[in-house]
Amino acid sequence: MTIPAERSPWAPGREGYYGDFGGAFTPEVLHETFAELRTAFDDARRDPAFWESYVALMSTYAGRSTPVTYCDNLTRAFGGARIFVKREDLNHTGAHKANNVMGQGLLVQRMGKRRVIAETGAGQHGVATATMAARFGLACTIYMGEEDVARQHPNVFWMKQLGAEVIAVTDGTRTLKDAINAALRDWAESMDDTHYVMGTVCGPHPFPEMVTYFQSIIGQEARAQMLDATGELPRRVYACVGGGSNASGIFAGFLDDPSVELVGVEAAGKGIDSGMHAARLAGGKGRPGVAQGYKTVFLQNEEGLMQDTYSVAAGLDYIGVGPMLADLHQRGRVRFESATDAEVVEALRLTMRSEGIIPALESSHAFAGAFREVSSLSSADSVLINQSGRGDKDIFTVADALDDNDWKDFIQRKSAGYER
Amino acid sequence: MTVTQGVDLESHLRRRLEKKPLLLMTHLVVGYPSLEANWAMLEAMDSAGVDLVELQMPFSEPIADGPSFVKANHDAITAGTPWDAYFDLAARASERFSFEIVFMGYYNSVFTMGAERFCEKLSEAGMRGFIVPDLPPEEAADLTAAARDRELAPIFIMTPANSEARLAEIGSHASGFVYCAARKGVTGRKTDLSEGVAAFLERCRTATSVPLGLGFGIRTADDVRELRGLADIAIIGTAGLDAWEGLGADGYRQYLKDLVAETV
Repeated sequence: MTIPAERSPWAPGREGYYGDFGGAFTPEVLHETFAELRTAFDDARRDPAFWESYVALMSTYAGRSTPVTYCDNLTRAFGGARIFVKREDLNHTGAHKANNVMGQGLLVQRMGKRRVIAETGAGQHGVATATMAARFGLACTIYMGEEDVARQHPNVFWMKQLGAEVIAVTDGTRTLKDAINAALRDWAESMDDTHYVMGTVCGPHPFPEMVTYFQSIIGQEARAQMLDATGELPRRVYACVGGGSNASGIFAGFLDDPSVELVGVEAAGKGIDSGMHAARLAGGKGRPGVAQGYKTVFLQNEEGLMQDTYSVAAGLDYIGVGPMLADLHQRGRVRFESATDAEVVEALRLTMRSEGIIPALESSHAFAGAFREVSSLSSADSVLINQSGRGDKDIFTVADALDDNDWKDFIQRKSAGYER
Repeated sequence: MTVTQGVDLESHLRRRLEKKPLLLMTHLVVGYPSLEANWAMLEAMDSAGVDLVELQMPFSEPIADGPSFVKANHDAITAGTPWDAYFDLAARASERFSFEIVFMGYYNSVFTMGAERFCEKLSEAGMRGFIVPDLPPEEAADLTAAARDRELAPIFIMTPANSEARLAEIGSHASGFVYCAARKGVTGRKTDLSEGVAAFLERCRTATSVPLGLGFGIRTADDVRELRGLADIAIIGTAGLDAWEGLGADGYRQYLKDLVAETV
């Protein structure tokens, strides 16, 4: 495993900007905290032992490196490019989120802080953070929108079992963005002994760069694995994009390879025209703005108020997108597409049946985006799909989406058993 | 119009400070609980003798605010408080009342409006400056330049968490007055003023020559009295809203009179 170069292709420019996007728009009270974090991250990055300790930790604790799986049945079903899948679902805690969280955990140890806080939407980042906190002996508070607490209760259960305090956020739309606001407010008070483990490549500098740095392990592995498996680079790489951490991680491995087309797939929800979606870039509905500490393309109205977003996949249900991805979109380096809930459920069903792989609903967006295009490519080409997480966590949502009557019966019986 | 064009906010404040040792700044979230209630609050502020008023433009992601103002922002948005309604209230208030008015709001509102248009609108409404808590000075160059052309004061924030070097940096950008946050955290919680506030204000004084306002957790007439001789402006935020909601219109008027009585 090579140590990412100090001047990596995903490094931001002036003041944490990627082109027009990024920056740090933080309340003054957090100014020194961000300065401390930038210094700690820069020191860690310059220390070769740090990246080595990160890779070793991920290897012995989290199951890395994750494999790339060739999907012969899916390939034959579409009759075009050969389909390969990067298996981030095989990480400990079931998603790529562990990469970022364990990396930030090592940084917290270097900074000597005793408590971590995090926001979570679907709950995957919350579970990963609670896991890291348990492992490293840190106090942990997770902020989660009240609506998400209700939707994703199994993850709430695990966070609590792992020793975290889970606070249901009742402000605003009671979803991910409100959880981020609540975490920032906690940090404005607690920063002396607390680190905010931002879960995605959003927020103020240095979070977008730092999270990309840790997630770049995905792309670094995947590039070498594709060369091993096929002797050449993939024609296209697909990743779902909520905040954009799994996409940034896998794309980071291919940014210097102009022959590789990078495709981000956003949530079209019930259709972009329905207004119930989270497609900031693909739908052309997003506008540049500044919120939650950074400048990017947000779904907002003409007076800059953020809009409600929607997706069957809670992890994609967010108003903004990583500033590096907004810039790569503007520069034409990453193409953005979107997939509807219905397409996503169909892609999930097909993948389960064909390959015995259960992608998360978030990741299923990347599969749906790829499935739409692979048959137009030649069988000499290969494509790589990033399976950012595993789907068994989504059992309640998937069962609803599939309208599965056996499952409903089971829940009713189970519920009857708990009646007092 | 009570507005005298061509005189900057700091001069206005200095003139008032010649007559009394401490000024009082109060706050409201425009559109909460309603524009009509806002007008009644402004009338009460004026008749009590408040010197300076922050009009907060509601935003959907108010990261520097505590629970009371988060709810106020959210409810004002839900009720519908467009820019036109905000600036209409500001213009009517500056025409009618003798206090100075400053904008308070988040940067996305400013960014979406555009720096030039934002400054033009403030100026037209007779406002004197702006407080944008998520806009650090190093990101404010365009806005500051546009503001200078119209004699609007960008009001920056100093906090106890800032290093001496940072305070000096903020001081080099300061105009109008500096908003000194009495403690860490967000708006709305009580501050123990005996805990190092005097020393903090002393550090701020060293960093800038403009007047100092102290806010965050200033709630009572006793708190205001304690600021005499320390700060130039006592800033009342959440406590004012709590008074309006808890004491009713008459109680609110009395509350403001009691606060102002400690400033003369």
